[in-house]
Amino acid sequence: MELKRSEIMPGVWLSTLKTDKFKTACLSLSLLSQLRRETAASYALIPSVLRRGCARYPDLDALAARMDELYGTAVEPVVRRIGEIQAVGFYASIPEGAFLPGGEDVLRPACELLGQLLLSPNTRGGLLRPQYVDSEKEKQLERIRSRINSKGSYAVQRCIEEMCCFEDFAVGSLGSEEDTESINYKKLTKQYHTLLQTSPVEIFYCGRADEKELTAILRDALMTLPRGEIDYEIGTDVRLNAIEAQPRCFEEKMAVTQGRLVMGWRLGEAMEEPDLPALMVFNAVFGGNTTSKLFLNVREKKGLCYSVYSMTELHKGLLLAAAGIDFERCEETRDEILHQLDCMAKGEISEEELDAARKGVASELRMTMDSQGELEGFYLAQALDGTDCGPLELAALAETVTKEQLAAIARAAECDMIYFLRGKDEEDEEDEEDEEEIELSDEELDALLAGEEEEHAE
Amino acid sequence: MQSKAYPHLGETLYSATLPNGLQLRVLPKPGFRTRYAALDVHYGSAYRRFTLGGRSYDTPAGVAHFLEHKAFDLPDGDNALQLLSANGADPNAFTSTGDTCYFFQCAENFEENLRLLIHFVTTPCFTAETVEKERPIIGQEIQMYLDSPDSTVYENLLTQLYAHHPIRERVLGTPESLAEITADTLYDCFNAFYTPANMCLCVAGDVDPEEIEALAREAFPSERAEIPETDFGPAEELLPVEPLCRVQMPVAAPQYLIGAKLPLPASGAEAQRARITALLALRTLFGPSSAFYTRLYSEGIITRNYSYDVDFSAGTATFLLGGESRDPERVLAEFKRELAAAAESGLKSAQLERCRRAAFGARLRGLEDFESVCLSVADGVFDGYDALEAPVLLAQITKAECEAFLRGIRPEMLALSRVDPYTNT
Repeated sequence: MELKRSEIMPGVWLSTLKTDKFKTACLSLSLLSQLRRETAASYALIPSVLRRGCARYPDLDALAARMDELYGTAVEPVVRRIGEIQAVGFYASIPEGAFLPGGEDVLRPACELLGQLLLSPNTRGGLLRPQYVDSEKEKQLERIRSRINSKGSYAVQRCIEEMCCFEDFAVGSLGSEEDTESINYKKLTKQYHTLLQTSPVEIFYCGRADEKELTAILRDALMTLPRGEIDYEIGTDVRLNAIEAQPRCFEEKMAVTQGRLVMGWRLGEAMEEPDLPALMVFNAVFGGNTTSKLFLNVREKKGLCYSVYSMTELHKGLLLAAAGIDFERCEETRDEILHQLDCMAKGEISEEELDAARKGVASELRMTMDSQGELEGFYLAQALDGTDCGPLELAALAETVTKEQLAAIARAAECDMIYFLRGKDEEDEEDEEDEEEIELSDEELDALLAGEEEEHAE
Repeated sequence: MQSKAYPHLGETLYSATLPNGLQLRVLPKPGFRTRYAALDVHYGSAYRRFTLGGRSYDTPAGVAHFLEHKAFDLPDGDNALQLLSANGADPNAFTSTGDTCYFFQCAENFEENLRLLIHFVTTPCFTAETVEKERPIIGQEIQMYLDSPDSTVYENLLTQLYAHHPIRERVLGTPESLAEITADTLYDCFNAFYTPANMCLCVAGDVDPEEIEALAREAFPSERAEIPETDFGPAEELLPVEPLCRVQMPVAAPQYLIGAKLPLPASGAEAQRARITALLALRTLFGPSSAFYTRLYSEGIITRNYSYDVDFSAGTATFLLGGESRDPERVLAEFKRELAAAAESGLKSAQLERCRRAAFGARLRGLEDFESVCLSVADGVFDGYDALEAPVLLAQITKAECEAFLRGIRPEMLALSRVDPYTNT
């Protein structure tokens, strides 16, 4: 299974992994752009609007019936933020002909469908249909608002937003509610054309077809892709230091049973020439798995929590640690987490800890080779970074990481934000009752939204 | 080991029942580096009351899950979770209403890790001290789920549907039931259920089935023990206890689940066929290509956060459909209308056939994931069917069977559970 990579059309790069290991093939197409407040919400909305209907299959019924016919081929919108690059497009999962009755080949029709969704939308007078735009806009708003439903991931997102409030990274892959609300179908049509003309395009395929065959199919399917001046000047602005001398603190209140502490660091000098395997092993020792310092000390030794972990964002250069705790144990947990990082900085890392972390990271990287979803994400990130080190090479490098490298990473990390989501006390409950009087009921909200939609239609 | 080939799927499954009663299944996956093992104990949170050797036990809610946490402790003070992790494996465990499952995946040292998995699951070590230490950790886990709208909407639905079956209680128990659990409770339940005859070991990866069998014969305790008789209480009526439940939480829009108790099929083979039939019927009438879904999606009533399932567990069968909606009552009303129309005029053949194709593709996709394959194989072992036969059965299910399933969900059987935003007062 060797990665082949070529430019199949101007600014359109195809990465293929030919393998007969899997029973379904995966094909993703991503349009890349700089993540910016002004465009994030609109660009995020584009694949969802396109997924509502194309010229050949004009509505959801026709599209869904077509995908059923292709043995449940799924072509779904995907929106991602990789560092400060926004990647929007489609991810397709396509059953391999070898396992279908009569050996029916669905790769070509699936690629054609992908091309039609991307390039031949269902339009009226050359404009994206307002009813599709407004309907998907509403769903995007619902998705942005529903971030609060899962308290753990909400707290992590809020910590990043507060920590990176002066950077585009804080925008999030879907953009803001306000920016989503201001989208209209005419402007969105223009932005759609801009995106098609100027975006570098990354296509990833993993399956049984060979590169030549697939290139021919994709060139046909994407024949009408307009290519203007491609904007290759996209990238992530890495801030090495904390904003202030002391970590900033932010506390938020919500009617929750459990508190959520999230701490954020800048990886500092470690991002000047990032050593990916060392950073991965560092995270594994700190809080990445069940042999980590955070798991063994914050959970097992001190019994402060059930959930505690750390993670890194290696495009932006962030380290985050999160724990679900009792409200009154915030300071204690914070101090213990800081203490564990301090231990690492002093080189207090046992041979067992180092060995377990190296093995864990190497094993995880090797297992990447067995998951199409993981491979897709891995190689998209590699393409954006301009590196060509595969998971197996990284795994071998992870096995050679030293304690000194980890201590240096820990020393370079600067704590920039301490975020805490806590419950409401009785005083807050009273405040909330006051607030409720001015808040809108569901019915009022619906009426208001309907009114807005009518305005757009006019 | 006995082997059975599934040529249309490109898979071969090896099976054996060891003298100690252990059910062993191995699915060789040449060309993959990942090797996966799941040791499934047929004991979950609903198995609270049981009889063994003439003695009756009535245990607090949450014991199966507490036992799962403490099973990793080894007599020499080591913890198997850390040992597996240190050896490059990615270990974990879960407890459901019907099962407790311990599993790991790794790229290297598979046999060593497998021995450790078998060793820790079959070696109890519970002390008053370690049980006390674990209590606050599980207490935090309970708190975490109390903040989860998904868990809340699901747990409420089960209490609405079931009058007394222990499936209506939380898998983790409550802070009060947690306080009642002692090391003795854990030993009682371990001794009763953690015996090879009540377990299934399922392995997937590039392995030699005979070697896995030899390892299992050596690593598991050799005696075959009696399996307890579980008491889930008297049979339940098909009608729900409480058709509607609404609670408020910090969520952006209402979360909902529509559910119904279903009659329990007489045998494992029937249960498998019933489940495949149910899923095909539901896909045809309520799946992503149904008129129901596309209409309500286009109208903004339902979102992509939408799914349905039929769940068989601990002697129950439950239908569920839900997600997020600004108007769950409307979803319920439309759902009932659609069912009534299908009862009246039947399903459309063309739609059914398209859905059969899509369902086949989805089953093929499911085979990529070692964990989901192993867990469904283990479910089949305990319930008496062959999970890998599903694609063949799918081709045989008739339109009449699908229609009969849909007619079986009568409007008065349905319950609606919702979690609303606080502003909804």
